[in-house]
Amino acid sequence: MANEKTAERHGSSKVVRYNRWGYIFLIPFFTIFVIFQLIPLVTTIWNSFFENYRSGLKQIGPNFIGLANYVSILENPDLWKYVSNTLIMWVIGFIPQIVLSLLMAYWFTDPSLRLKGQRFFKTVMYLPNLIMASAFSMLFFTLFSDHGPVNQMLIAAGILSQPFKFFSSTVASRVLVGFMNFIMWTGNTMILLMAGMMGIDPSLYEAAEVDGATANQIFWRITLPLLKPILLYVLITSLIGGLQMYDVPQILTNGTGDPARNTMTMIMWLNKHLYSRNYGMGGALSVLLFILTGILSLVVFKVSGNADKAKQAK
Amino acid sequence: MKKRMQKLFSLALVVSMTAALAGCGSSSSSTSASSAAPAADTTAAAETTAAAAETTAAAAETTTEAAADTSADEGKTLNIQCWNTEFQSRITDHYPGYEKVDDTHGKIGDVDVVWTITPSDDNAYQNNLDSILPDNANADPDSRVDIFLVEADYALKYMNADPAVAMSMDELGITSDDLSKQYQYTKDIVTDSNGEQRGISWQACSAGLIYNREAAKEVLGTDDPDEVQGMLDSWDKFADVAKKMKDAGYTMCSVNDTYRVYSNNVSGPWVQDGKVVVDDNIKKWVDDSKALADAGEENTYELWGDDWAKGKYPDGKVFCYFGPAWFFNFSLSADDASSIAANGGWGFITGPQSFYWGGTWICAAEGTDNPTLVKDIMLKMCTDDDIMTEIAQKDSDCVNNSAVLEKLASDDSGNLAILGGQNPYSMLAAGAEKVDMSNISDYDQGCNEEFQTAMKGYFDGSYATYDDALAAFNTAITEKYPELTTD
Amino acid sequence: METKKTHGGVHARRVVAYIVLAIMSFLCLIWFYILFINATRSNGELSRGFTLLPSSHLAENFVNMLHSTQPVARGMVNSLIVAGCAALLCTYFSTMTAYAIHAYHFKGRQAMYTTILAVMMIPTQVTALGFVQLLTRMNLMDNYLGLILPSIAAPATFFYMKQYMDSVLSPSLIEAARMDGAGEFRIFNTIVLPLMKPAIAVQAIFTFVANWNNYFTPALVLKKEEMKTLPILIAELRSADFLKFDMGVVYMTIAFSIFPVIIVYLLLSKYIVGGLQLGGVKE
Repeated sequence: MANEKTAERHGSSKVVRYNRWGYIFLIPFFTIFVIFQLIPLVTTIWNSFFENYRSGLKQIGPNFIGLANYVSILENPDLWKYVSNTLIMWVIGFIPQIVLSLLMAYWFTDPSLRLKGQRFFKTVMYLPNLIMASAFSMLFFTLFSDHGPVNQMLIAAGILSQPFKFFSSTVASRVLVGFMNFIMWTGNTMILLMAGMMGIDPSLYEAAEVDGATANQIFWRITLPLLKPILLYVLITSLIGGLQMYDVPQILTNGTGDPARNTMTMIMWLNKHLYSRNYGMGGALSVLLFILTGILSLVVFKVSGNADKAKQAK
Repeated sequence: MKKRMQKLFSLALVVSMTAALAGCGSSSSSTSASSAAPAADTTAAAETTAAAAETTAAAAETTTEAAADTSADEGKTLNIQCWNTEFQSRITDHYPGYEKVDDTHGKIGDVDVVWTITPSDDNAYQNNLDSILPDNANADPDSRVDIFLVEADYALKYMNADPAVAMSMDELGITSDDLSKQYQYTKDIVTDSNGEQRGISWQACSAGLIYNREAAKEVLGTDDPDEVQGMLDSWDKFADVAKKMKDAGYTMCSVNDTYRVYSNNVSGPWVQDGKVVVDDNIKKWVDDSKALADAGEENTYELWGDDWAKGKYPDGKVFCYFGPAWFFNFSLSADDASSIAANGGWGFITGPQSFYWGGTWICAAEGTDNPTLVKDIMLKMCTDDDIMTEIAQKDSDCVNNSAVLEKLASDDSGNLAILGGQNPYSMLAAGAEKVDMSNISDYDQGCNEEFQTAMKGYFDGSYATYDDALAAFNTAITEKYPELTTD
Repeated sequence: METKKTHGGVHARRVVAYIVLAIMSFLCLIWFYILFINATRSNGELSRGFTLLPSSHLAENFVNMLHSTQPVARGMVNSLIVAGCAALLCTYFSTMTAYAIHAYHFKGRQAMYTTILAVMMIPTQVTALGFVQLLTRMNLMDNYLGLILPSIAAPATFFYMKQYMDSVLSPSLIEAARMDGAGEFRIFNTIVLPLMKPAIAVQAIFTFVANWNNYFTPALVLKKEEMKTLPILIAELRSADFLKFDMGVVYMTIAFSIFPVIIVYLLLSKYIVGGLQLGGVKE
C-alpha cells in the first residue's frame, strides 16, 4: 500500500525506469518456476485426462478419456473421508501448536516478564524439527506399542488394567499424528512469530505501559494486530502443509492409514495410485487437491485480508 | 555479530561454488556418456545383433580401449540390480575370482562389476526395474543391466513380461541336468506361463514351526520334536494347543506368523482371469485366526515389530514362531545373552503345513552383453556342491541343493546351538520337497500385503465384519492394480 | 496499588510461563535422549523394548555403521552440499523476488504476486512424476542441480520474506539510497539484504533442515550410491536383508545424521535468538 502511494507521488519517468528492475529481479524465480514446477504441473494436468497406468511391465494407455478420472474420484465416497481425515488431524495438531507458539513467542518478547534461560528455551523448541519424520515416527511406534513404555507406565500407575492398543483406535491414532505434528512444528511457528514480534516497535509497548495498559490489553490490542501478516503466513502455510500431510501418518501406519483407513490423508491416497503409476488418476486427484487448497487458502486470505484493510483504513 | 554472519555467508558461498563445480563436472561427464549412446543406438537398430552394437560402442570409446577390446567378444561391465547387499556378500565371499574394489564395485577377471542398490521401500526397486528393463537391449552396452534379482512375491511379473525381460535357462544354455538337485518349488516360482524357467536361486527357504522348549515342557509335558510335531500336525490340533497355552499364560503366536503357512497351501492363484479370488485356505486363515485372536490365544502383532519380538525372551511368554533357516540366529536375537535363542531354548518342527519364506532369485536380463559370465555365476552359486556347502555353513542359508542338505543332515555339523543341538536339515530338506508353489500369480505381493492389512482391522475390531474388511481389501487392490476386478 | 497488582500478575504469569516452558522443553528433548539411548544398544537389546539407561554398544554400532555397505560419511558430505546450496540459493533469491514485488510498482505486479502464491499450493508429490520425466529429458538425473536449482523458486520462503519486508523495510530507506546514487542491484545487496538478516537466518535454517531431511525427491533423482544423501541411505539400511538388519546401526546412523543439522542450527540460531536488535529498524 505504502509503495503504491510513493509511486503515485512521483509518477515520473525515473520511477518507471526503477520499476523496470521489478521485472529483472523476478527473472530467476520465474525461470526456475517455469522449468521445474510449471512444466511438471502442466504435464500432471494433461495426464489427468488420460487412462495411463502400468500393469506389471505393460503400459496401459495413454488413452484420452476426458473427465472420467475426475468423475470416478468424485463419485468415490472415500474421497470425503480422506479429506476429513486430513483436516481433522491437521486441526488436532494446529490448535495447540498456534496457541502455544503464540504464548511462548509472546512471553519471550515481553520485556516485563524478564524470563530467565530464554536462550535455552528458544533454542530447544525448534529441535524436534531436526529429526527426520521417519525416525520420529519410528520412535513413536516403539513408545506407543502394546507393550511399549507408555502402556507399561499406564499399567504400573493403575490407570489401565491391560495394554491400550493405540494404533487400533481411530481417536488415539489421529491424536498421535496430530501430537507429532504439534511437537515437530511448534518451534518452527514460534520462531516465525517471534521474528514478527521482534519487528514491532518497542516504543509502542512502552507507550502502552505508560498509559497503564495490562499485559492482556497489550497482547490483544497491539501485538496481535501488528502480527497479522506473519500470523496469516503461518496459517496459510500450515494449512497447505496440513493438506499435504503425508510422512508422519504414512510411516506411523506403514502406509495403510489404519485403523480402517481413518488416518489416511489425501496425499497418502494419491501415493496409493502412484504405486501402479496411475498417472491418470493420480493427476486428477492432484488437480482436485490443488483446487481444494486454492479455495481454502482463498477463504483464509479473504477473511483476514478484509480485516487488515479495515484496520489500515482506520 | 555482523562479522560472524559475513563469515558464515562466505563459507556458504565457498560450499556452493564447490558444489556448482562438482555439479558441472558430473553433468558434463553424463553428457559425454550419453552422446556415445545414440551412436550405439542407431547401429544397434540397423544391425540388430547385440554383438554389432558392442563393437561400435567399443570403437566409439577411446582408441586404446578399443584395441584391447577386439579379442573379447563380451561386455566389459557387469551391471547388477539389487535391493540390498545379500547377494553381493555371497558373491564376494564365495564366487571364485571376485575381487572387491569398493562398496558398489568389483572385478571378475577384467570385467568390472557394478552393483546398483535401490531400496525396496515404496516399491522403488520394482519401479526402477520397470523403467529400465523393457529398453535394456537398446541401452549403452556399459550401462546395460546384466543381472537383476527378484523375490518370489512378484517374480512372475518379470517372468511373464511381454516382450521378455529375463532370459530363459534354455537361452543361457543351462540344462535341466544342471538343475537336477534343485527343489521344484524354487523353479515353479520363476517359471513363466509357457513353462520356461527364467530365474534361479541358491536358497531353498523351506520353513517350519519354531517352538519354545520351556513352554512345551511345561504345557505339553515334552519338548521332544517328534512328540511335539504329533500334537501340532493339523490346524485343529494347533488350536487345541493354543487353548492349553492360553490357560498356562502363553500366547501361541501372531496371526501374521501363520499367514504364510496358509497362503502357501492354496488351491488356486490369487488372480484368475483378471479377477481377485480369495482361496478357501486363506479364508480358513481368517476364520481360524479370528477365533484364536478373539479368545486371546493369538495376538495380532506385525512381524518385526517390538511387540512381536517380545516372544524372543522368556518373559515374553510366546509359544512359537514360524520361520526358515535364516530366521534362526539373527531374527531370534541369539546375540543377546538373555534371549531364548542364546540359551538353546528353541525346537524346530514342520508344524501343521509345509511352507517356505524368503529367498532371492537371480535373473539374466534380456539384452545382457555378458551371457557367458552370467551363466557361470548362476551355475557356480546355485548348483556347485562345494560352493553351496560353504554358503550353508558360513551364511546359514538353507541352500537349494538336495545333495548338500542331505550331507548336512547326516552328520553333526548341522546341529544348531539355538535349537538345543537339534539338527533341522533333514526336516528342512523334506519340507522343501513338499512346498508347492504352482499356484502363484503376478500379483501375490500386493494381494498378500493388502489382505493381511485389511484382516488385521477385522481381528482388532476396526471392521465389524469379514465383509467390511473384504471390501477394504478390494478397494486397496483396485488402487494398486487398476486392471483387476473384484467381487 | 496499581503497580503492586501488576507485579503480582507478573509473578503469577512468570510461574505459568516457566511450567509450560519446562513441559515443552521436556517434550522437545526427550526424543534426542531416546535416540541416543537406542544408538548405544545392540539389535537384540532393542528388540526387548525401551530402557532409560544407555547400554554399552555405542562404539560397536559406530564402527558397524562406518563399515556398513552404505557410504554414510560420503552421504553426509552429499547432504551438506545439497542442503547448504539449497538454503543459500533459496534465501537469496526469495528475498530478491520479495523485494521485486515489495519495492517496485510495475505493471502486472499484483498478478505476479497472486501467481507466486498460487504456486505455493502445488503439492510436491503432485508434480513429482512430471519432475522426474523432465529431469530425465534434461539429463539431470543423478545430478545435484536438479535438487538445488528448484529451491530458487520457493514461494513459501518468498511469502515469508515479503511479509517480513512489509513490516521492516520502509520506502524512504530505498529513496535515500537512490539519492546517494546507488544502483538498484547494489541497494538490494548492501541495504536490503542486511536488513533482512533475521528473516534470512530463519528461512536458511528451515530450508537447510527441510532439504537435509528430504527423502522423497532425492530418492527419485539420485541412483548412484556415491551420490546418495543420508535419508536415502537410512532407508536402505532399514530395508537391509534380515541377516544383517541391525536396528542398533539404524539408530546410530539416525543419530549421526542429526548431528550436523544440530550444529548448523546452533550456529544460525544465534541470529534468531539475538535478532531482537537487528529487527529494530523502524521508520
